[in-house]
Amino acid sequence: MSYLDSLRPDLQLIADWIPAGSRVLDLGCGEGELLAWLQQHKQANCYGVDFDVNNVVGCVKAGVNAIQGDLEAGLAEFEDQRFDHVVLSQTIQAMRHTEEILLEMLRVGREAIVTFPNFGYWQNRWQIMLGRMPVSDDMPYQWYNTPNIHWCMLGDFDALCAKNHIRVLERVVMTGGRQVNFLPNLRGSLAFYRVTRG
Amino acid sequence: MRTGQSRKDQHPRPPPTCKEKRMPNNASSVGIVSAQRALFETPLDLACGVTLPQYELVFETYGQLNAERSNAILICHALSGHHHVAGRYSEDDKTTGWWDNMIGPGKPIDTDRFFVVGVNNLGGCHGSTGPSSIDPASGQPWGSRFPVMTVPDWVTSQARLADRLGISRWAAVIGGSLGGMQALQWSIAYPERIAHALVIASAPKLSAQNIAFNDVARQAILTDPDFCGGDYYAAGTVPRRGLRLARMLGHITYLSDDGMGEKFGRMLRSGEYKFGYDVEFEIESYLRYQGDKFSDYFDANTYLLMTKALDYFDPAKDSDGDLVAALKKASASFLVASFTSDWRFSPERSRETVKALIAAGKRVSYGEIESVHGHDAFLMTDGPYVDLMRAYLNRVAEEVNA
Repeated sequence: MSYLDSLRPDLQLIADWIPAGSRVLDLGCGEGELLAWLQQHKQANCYGVDFDVNNVVGCVKAGVNAIQGDLEAGLAEFEDQRFDHVVLSQTIQAMRHTEEILLEMLRVGREAIVTFPNFGYWQNRWQIMLGRMPVSDDMPYQWYNTPNIHWCMLGDFDALCAKNHIRVLERVVMTGGRQVNFLPNLRGSLAFYRVTRG
Repeated sequence: MRTGQSRKDQHPRPPPTCKEKRMPNNASSVGIVSAQRALFETPLDLACGVTLPQYELVFETYGQLNAERSNAILICHALSGHHHVAGRYSEDDKTTGWWDNMIGPGKPIDTDRFFVVGVNNLGGCHGSTGPSSIDPASGQPWGSRFPVMTVPDWVTSQARLADRLGISRWAAVIGGSLGGMQALQWSIAYPERIAHALVIASAPKLSAQNIAFNDVARQAILTDPDFCGGDYYAAGTVPRRGLRLARMLGHITYLSDDGMGEKFGRMLRSGEYKFGYDVEFEIESYLRYQGDKFSDYFDANTYLLMTKALDYFDPAKDSDGDLVAALKKASASFLVASFTSDWRFSPERSRETVKALIAAGKRVSYGEIESVHGHDAFLMTDGPYVDLMRAYLNRVAEEVNA
């Protein structure tokens, strides 16, 4: 399958953070594109969780173990420290139980990888200045139909980690598939965090 | 949109349908089939302590066993099922096998790729040795003396059938409900003989409530005066009333409240109250019809035995109640599926299996299918269910180059 070789840039960055042979849990795994790649290229031992049965079917087609489930209900299916890495990609901003899922991720896994659209990105700030809620490729919804209910920017996520004694191991910020090092909270549209218990 | 969403869902997609899905046009039947019979003369030691000196199993097969003998799938039946899983017995046969919608050329259990075996379990009433068979020792029907069977007993007998057919390893063992328990048991009892277990609408053991339903069903049979302590064959009676009640009760628990409400509501047959105790509501008519039909062909002793096998199933029992420890022995991969409106074998029970499989380090996928069909949904064709089965079995087929 060709898509196995060309991961989306944001998923590739996550994949690069995961060493070969890791035990990986991907929350909101979609059709398992990240996990299929990790199985193929890094011999990872993978499970995905997704709310949508059609995505579970997609995972099965891709040869990825997938558990249909609602992340809001926690990760009761998984025992403590079952995984090396637990991934939550562009989903945390849409969750009701934001803090809980972060803690659950670090209960079942040694490290958590969390990515989210950075609300502090200058284009978002600009749209707000013009008097409208931001809409962009990373945030493609109108205010009235967005599933995203918990917006944050880099400083906010740092603060949430600090409050819960979670240590940030690595942080990368990207815009349009390219890494941003200068003024990341202003110039970066997607944030990637690799964190562990402090 | 809900959370637990996927990345893919950030773009609109049509909502998943829970309408019954029609099979593609190229999907067809396995056609005319016939049953086969195998006699086993090696005694079988049962969990209850009795030894069956010899026994017969009746079975059907569809599709071709490949040269490597690696593409065989065993279908395990539930309480009232049997070996006639797909196809018809003659051109004008009005009914098909009980899982004909899932098994056939181009269907999820694709007989163009797999060699499919359906078997009637020991203690059954469709041809395999059971309470209504003649006990060779006495020349009389077994009746009340037929031993109580357990899921592990069945699996042992099925393994002997596999030996007879030259199948050293199943590509998959598949079952719903009590059949799912057999698939799970296979993975524990014969880890090297099963590559995949598909455990559908099942549970790792019954709850008190579930056992309670079974006991009421048994009481209906046991207290029928025509039951004659189980030796009604000799007495020339049939405990039809008890069996009918047992089936009616069972049937209620296999449907969901919504499903029943949708189909029957409070509809009256004559449109008005009659102020009597004859059939008035459509649901009464339906249940009585189902009960009557069932009591015409099913054996009461088999019903008792099947419910008892359900009650006793508990693979964790030998591991001090630790299901994870029990499942550690397995080397199969698993597909577990449940249905949202199934309250007899609820999704929570399937999740127990999934949780234990994950903790035991097994490969498992789990689908919780939205359906209004209650427990019976495992026999239906809700779209996502068919998709999930097809996707999983396609992987199984690829593994064995089928």
